[in-house]
Amino acid sequence: MHTKTLTELKAGLANRDFSSRELTEHFLARIQQYDGELNSFITVTADTALAQADAADAALAAGNAGLLTGLPIAHKDIFCTEGVRTSCGSKMLDTFIAPYTATVVEKMAAEGAVMLGKTNMDEFAMGSSNETSYYGPVKNPWDLERVPGGSSGGAAACLGARLAPGATGTDTGGSIRQPAALNNITGLKPTYGRVSRWGMIAFASSLDQAGPMGQSAEDCALMLQAMAGHDHRDSTSLNEKVDDYLGALSGDISGLTIGIPEEFFPDTLDGAIADNSREAIRELEKLGAKVVSVSLPSIKLSVPAYYVIAPAEASSNLSRFDGVRFGHRCEDPQDLEDLYKRSRSEGFGDEVKRRILVGTYALSAGYYDAYYRRAQQVRRLIRDDFARAFEKVDVLMGPTAPETAFKLGDKKDDPVSMYMADVFTIGVNLAGLPALSMPTGFINGLPTGTQIIGNYFREGQILNVAHKYQQATDWHKQAPAFGGEQ
Amino acid sequence: MAIDSKVVAQVAHLARLKVDEGDSAALSDRLNDILAMVDQLQQADVADVAPMAHPLDVTQPLRDDEVSEPNVRDKAMDIAPAAEDGCFLVPRVIE
Repeated sequence: MHTKTLTELKAGLANRDFSSRELTEHFLARIQQYDGELNSFITVTADTALAQADAADAALAAGNAGLLTGLPIAHKDIFCTEGVRTSCGSKMLDTFIAPYTATVVEKMAAEGAVMLGKTNMDEFAMGSSNETSYYGPVKNPWDLERVPGGSSGGAAACLGARLAPGATGTDTGGSIRQPAALNNITGLKPTYGRVSRWGMIAFASSLDQAGPMGQSAEDCALMLQAMAGHDHRDSTSLNEKVDDYLGALSGDISGLTIGIPEEFFPDTLDGAIADNSREAIRELEKLGAKVVSVSLPSIKLSVPAYYVIAPAEASSNLSRFDGVRFGHRCEDPQDLEDLYKRSRSEGFGDEVKRRILVGTYALSAGYYDAYYRRAQQVRRLIRDDFARAFEKVDVLMGPTAPETAFKLGDKKDDPVSMYMADVFTIGVNLAGLPALSMPTGFINGLPTGTQIIGNYFREGQILNVAHKYQQATDWHKQAPAFGGEQ
Repeated sequence: MAIDSKVVAQVAHLARLKVDEGDSAALSDRLNDILAMVDQLQQADVADVAPMAHPLDVTQPLRDDEVSEPNVRDKAMDIAPAAEDGCFLVPRVIE
């Protein structure tokens, strides 16, 4: 069953080929068998999963099935889940039992989804390798000595190893797309504001966005259909009509114009990475798309702008972890100052502390104009570059990540080199655009991905382009040897 | 604008983080690496460019001025590291 896509499993449940309980037990058994080595889950919620599966089977029998009824889903441990530990990959929240449930989780449950558990991630979603997690690094199922990417590394690895058929992730600078590329799966970051952030532990609030991760674009469309929509509890959630994403998959792509930003194929890029993405674009040309060259001149400043804006917002967001109301508290505080300082220093890991310090410095008196204000100005230049490109093209394409999965430990002590893992993904977050990463071939047995960026609210179009590509190719169907019979 | 141990100590205090003296030099180096990368922003010509806080230039909606949130005091106390009689406990702040 685990080799099937979410869409195929949905059909199997509808046909009564198997029950949701059988399906859920199958994935729980796989997690039990293989996740000791992979470490893709922080918490497995077997009992509630089986209870939800039984409820789903009853709903299926009664003809009351929702969009996701009976389908097992793994949620990133950044989403609050009432009564279940929600750690965000941090010692700070190791004992935190969320008192409420995130909108994304609630909406998927309302459509009948079964929650398998909570997936591992970089601490507070800060990282591109999953090595900053308090719960230890996740391994890449294609090579256990390599990283799965991050920050949604647990989600991507469990999908890659077929320990779950669908997952949620979040993407602040590439945290859905980069791990999707490194694990040979498909992941979509929607338009900023398309999916509610309520109950999603905040990292950089003007950039954070939740999205679906799965084996195919079709699976992502199915999950996004349940996740998207306005939420009055998130003031940045946009009150725009939700498109029919599954319906969008029947659209024609002949006449589609693909823009190739020259900045996504720099001379310094690994030739094999460039070749795989160019080959994917050629495949879409065969299906009737036109290709034109475009330029995004300011995108080269996206990583520097991001590493001011994201830490600045993080330093503010993470000030709530003070050892008073929830989260880690130090032993025997001498006074309130000592309580704050020791609780925070013990609770946060090194990368989180670095980012809080960078953000605090950038926002401190005398530096605001040079850093934060300037970064927000550059952000507008980047957004305007994309807007000009979208006057001429429907989508933009290029490699998702500049390299395949690197070895565990390789970049751990060199933050700036780690930050470059997101060089092609960060601009999209700064501009608030939707973008998807899909599998487009291998280099030395390791997966590579290609990114499709669309205009605001064009998730349906991006998903359709990826779906057409996946109907014509089978890269996305390749699974690693890890995980037994595939 | 290089960061040294003294600046690290100041910024750490602002962020209510404790930095051990032994770690301060290595931390300064890492922070300087990050700021050197970030300094590429100085190349940008941003004269007359308005800072952008939201890509779609939307404004924050207003809601009706009525009570909409339930009382979750008990739930909030349940997850607090130290609480008593519906209040969070902290070390004494007034002698």
